[in-house]
Amino acid sequence: MLKIEAIFRPERVGAVTDSLLAAGVTGFHYQNVTGQGQQKGVEVVTGRGGQTTRSASSKTLLVTVVSDDKKDAVVEAIVSASRTGEIGDGKIFVTEISDTIRVRTGEAGESAI
Amino acid sequence: MDSGHTSWMLIATALVFFMTPGLAFFYGGLVRAKNIINTVMMSFMSIAIVSIVWVLWGYSLAFGTGNAFIGDFSHLGLSGISFASAEGDDIPPLLFVAFQMMFAVITPALITGAFAERFKFSTYLIFLVLWSTLVYAPITHWVWASNVLADGTEVNGWLWDLGALDFAGGTVIHINAGIAAVAAALLVGKRRNPGIQPNNVPYVVLGAAILWLGWFGFNAGSAVAANDSAANAFLVTSLAASTAALTWGVISHLKTGKMGAVGVATGAVAGLVAITPAAGAVNAMGALAIGFGAGLICFYAVELLHKTKMDDALDVFAVHGIGGIWGAIATGIFALEAITGGTKGLIEGNVAQVGIQAVAVIATVAYSGIVSLIILFILDKIPGLGLRSSESDEDIGLDLAEHGEQSAVQDGAN
Repeated sequence: MLKIEAIFRPERVGAVTDSLLAAGVTGFHYQNVTGQGQQKGVEVVTGRGGQTTRSASSKTLLVTVVSDDKKDAVVEAIVSASRTGEIGDGKIFVTEISDTIRVRTGEAGESAI
Repeated sequence: MDSGHTSWMLIATALVFFMTPGLAFFYGGLVRAKNIINTVMMSFMSIAIVSIVWVLWGYSLAFGTGNAFIGDFSHLGLSGISFASAEGDDIPPLLFVAFQMMFAVITPALITGAFAERFKFSTYLIFLVLWSTLVYAPITHWVWASNVLADGTEVNGWLWDLGALDFAGGTVIHINAGIAAVAAALLVGKRRNPGIQPNNVPYVVLGAAILWLGWFGFNAGSAVAANDSAANAFLVTSLAASTAALTWGVISHLKTGKMGAVGVATGAVAGLVAITPAAGAVNAMGALAIGFGAGLICFYAVELLHKTKMDDALDVFAVHGIGGIWGAIATGIFALEAITGGTKGLIEGNVAQVGIQAVAVIATVAYSGIVSLIILFILDKIPGLGLRSSESDEDIGLDLAEHGEQSAVQDGAN
């Protein structure tokens, strides 16, 4: 089992979730996060009209857990839906996880995904 | 100059002013969170720009003598508008200019609901100038301009002469804005990815409540005096809003099992729109009928229009256009001689009044629809302007893309 964490542009969230559903992913969650990468922030207007570069930028962090064989398809689904080619498109992290437990039934392992 | 009338009209003017920021919240709560500042700014900039247009040439075109169709340039820069009240004036001339200025400000702001979330901001600012001048000023002249020449001849707007009843601007403001909204929604096209839910429902209710409060100045102030007609207008305005809000709420409860706050707030606004032309013509029972009709008709108008391909984002046509048309016709039905001071409605046997009201509706729909389409069509073709935001601006959200600001920034982001 793999946990796939994807950070991408917030305006792409609808495209990414559509793409994941099309790739057969049954569950995921996402939230808006703030942080910093190579993009080094965004231009914003300060309180009363000055302009400055804010060091952090807003992104969406989506998390999904899938079986090992789905890794490439899921990564491709996220990349294809979120890539613009500009700096600031985000990152995807893949980690192995040891177990998944369905709270309602207590069943564990891949069938609980 | 009468200090009682003047005091009331100063307050009424301030109340009408406050409607535009109220509208900003009403519309701002309905869009997605990434477009709320842009939506609020559209209303706010109407205050900034249309006020200037009004004193430079708008007032002159709307209320200058001219002919039956448009005023003239006799009051450019308010020249010829006396600082001092003349003998027999109830209120100072400049107070009337200010009161009418607030109406000119809110009307184009109403249209912005139709093209919310995808309209290019710089083009909008130019649209405000052109639309106030070419659409708002002439229609205002038709309905409300009445000038007496030195030799005693009256030069009135043609709808005034026809005897159309429009107490506070059902045709001038609401039908006018509602039809322009159709023109704008059709020309700017559908949103790429319209939202499903409003971002802030309490803002929508707050905005509707501010509009309701401001409408006391709008309708009762349209008596242009502190008198019996103003008191009646005040009462019927509130009653129509209540009835329409309740009607909308009950229909949605019957259909879905739930009564949503956005629906009730929208119903209240529909009731306020419908009572606007009628506020100086009907009594409390008439207001209940008009409010009930507004809730019922506008509810189904919203449903029906959502099935069309037009993306009138915040239902400006269904609420202001259809609500305004219902109000204009209903004024002809429920008008009472004792309240209008001479004109009877259908319920007192004057069938012709409904026809006169229909003429006012058709003329406004035709003129505003066509001229708004032409203005927007030309703006769309001018290089560097255009109506539509870029695709990436629309995706990122117009708050960041157009204004460099976000409505709610987490502390951690600074």
